[in-house]
Amino acid sequence: MTIKQLSIFIENKGGTLINVLDILSKGGIQIIASTVADTQDYGIYRVLCDQPTRAFLMLREAGINVQLSDVIALSIDDEPGRAAQAISTLSQVGVSILYMYSFLWKGKGVLVLRAQPAEKAQEVITIQKLAYLTEIDFA
Amino acid sequence: MKNEGITRDYSCEYFNPDIETMSRRQIEALQLERLQDTVRHCMNSEFYRKRFEEAGLKPEDIQSLDDLRKIPFTTKQDLRDTYPFGMASVPLEQCTRLHSSSGTTGNPTVILHTDKDIDEWANQVARNLWMVGLRPDDVFQNSSGYGMFTGGLGFQNGAEKMGMLTVPAAAGNSLRQIKFIKDFGTTAIHAVPSYLTRLKEVMDKEGVDPHKDTKLRVFAIGAEPHSEEQRKRIEEMFGVKAYNSFGMSEMCGPGVGFECKEQNGLHFWEDYYIVEIVDPETLEPVPDGEIGELVLTTLRREAMPLLRYRTRDLTRVLGRSCPCGRNHVRIDRMKGRSDDMMVLKGVNIFPIQIEKILMQFPELASNYLITLTTDEDNDNMTVEVELEELFTDDYQRLVALTKNIQRALKDEILLTPHVKLVPKGSLPQSEGKAVRVVDKRKVYQ
Repeated sequence: MTIKQLSIFIENKGGTLINVLDILSKGGIQIIASTVADTQDYGIYRVLCDQPTRAFLMLREAGINVQLSDVIALSIDDEPGRAAQAISTLSQVGVSILYMYSFLWKGKGVLVLRAQPAEKAQEVITIQKLAYLTEIDFA
Repeated sequence: MKNEGITRDYSCEYFNPDIETMSRRQIEALQLERLQDTVRHCMNSEFYRKRFEEAGLKPEDIQSLDDLRKIPFTTKQDLRDTYPFGMASVPLEQCTRLHSSSGTTGNPTVILHTDKDIDEWANQVARNLWMVGLRPDDVFQNSSGYGMFTGGLGFQNGAEKMGMLTVPAAAGNSLRQIKFIKDFGTTAIHAVPSYLTRLKEVMDKEGVDPHKDTKLRVFAIGAEPHSEEQRKRIEEMFGVKAYNSFGMSEMCGPGVGFECKEQNGLHFWEDYYIVEIVDPETLEPVPDGEIGELVLTTLRREAMPLLRYRTRDLTRVLGRSCPCGRNHVRIDRMKGRSDDMMVLKGVNIFPIQIEKILMQFPELASNYLITLTTDEDNDNMTVEVELEELFTDDYQRLVALTKNIQRALKDEILLTPHVKLVPKGSLPQSEGKAVRVVDKRKVYQ
């Protein structure tokens, strides 16, 4: 049910993001969605891409602090209220969201999220038959 | 100890007039006599007996002050190696006081004192306080840490010996300090310079004007490096004269050197110490005016005399005469260290202490960088450390790690540094010995 996302630790200073993007670009990696969470001292750059494992190995080879994290990509209709509906389904059973970002993919909305507890989130998604994307969808 | 029944002439500028106004020739004659006594006395210490044997040296070989250079140096490592009592030159039962450094970089160092040592130490501090114009009708507030830190009891005993009403206020609690200053009519304070800046901030907040609401007129500042600019700012802030104090627990504590009213270098008391400035590489003496490492030999200590002790402090000789009438050598304020010790807010810190803590965290890589900065008048420390692996993509867990590192560092160095996680490989790599400390403070510039 989960898909692999790159989480990259970058310093809050000029040139660090472009360095990561250069490596991905040279490796022919297609970025599908990405977001930067910034703090005072550093940022976490989160990336969904077409070849996460390959990208992970390339970045690690280049000495970048990177992790593969399992996230859920819920697929929702591109209509008002759909995100609220999906999140409230999770919230009602006590699942909380550590972080989330969204994008449009082939006419559908995608909610990428890390949920806690992860098992419970997966359970409720199965029971409630929420639609989700897998790595094959992006490959 | 108060005044020992001696009625003193308040108008006399000197606490020990005979000693303070000696000519250079008299000082040197006294030094040779006391050096010979000290060397003979050192033979009671297991450590020095062995040192002299190894060097093929006998106490009788010291016939002139120049002969001092035949004697091997004593280092802090020697003090650690002989921990706790291996350097004592008297039986332990004759000792009445022990001071010790924190010892976070290995064995602590222990300094022993006899009753007479404590009294001689107090005399040096009393001499200093008298020199800057304090008299028994002054009220002296010692806002320095007590306990093992010699700035507490050292100034306490000295100020009492001089005959002042002495308030052992100790460090911190600024509101209470201000209350004491006002209620007791405090005229003089001893503190680390950064604390006085802090005290002024609190005074401002409380609407206390030091010019109108207090009787303050003299500060003794020391135990942390500070620039001339910082001193002037403190003087202007309060309208109070601030005099630089030098001391180190190995010699006794505060009292070793102090500025006179000229504020042009610290008089080091040469009836108590022989002062040498040497090149820290070649260990050869450097000419007056040139910067080198301060090396001190004690001349009056009973419990633990030290011969040619390498202080690691860098400074220079400014002169051997002074308009104040004292010919005891004038030494410049400390210019830095010949080792990697940092002095921050009166606390001595070695990078190895920081490293030891960082290594306890498996999440961290081995490369780190300590940066010291001055913000307003406060010294700050930033510790940047590389992350070994990104073990989580949860920001909260990174914050928690940062906090845990900070707490562990605080337990070790007693100060809270700013801790910054950085990506692996982002800190400057250096060939050979890694650069661990960048000191951007104004003080050494």
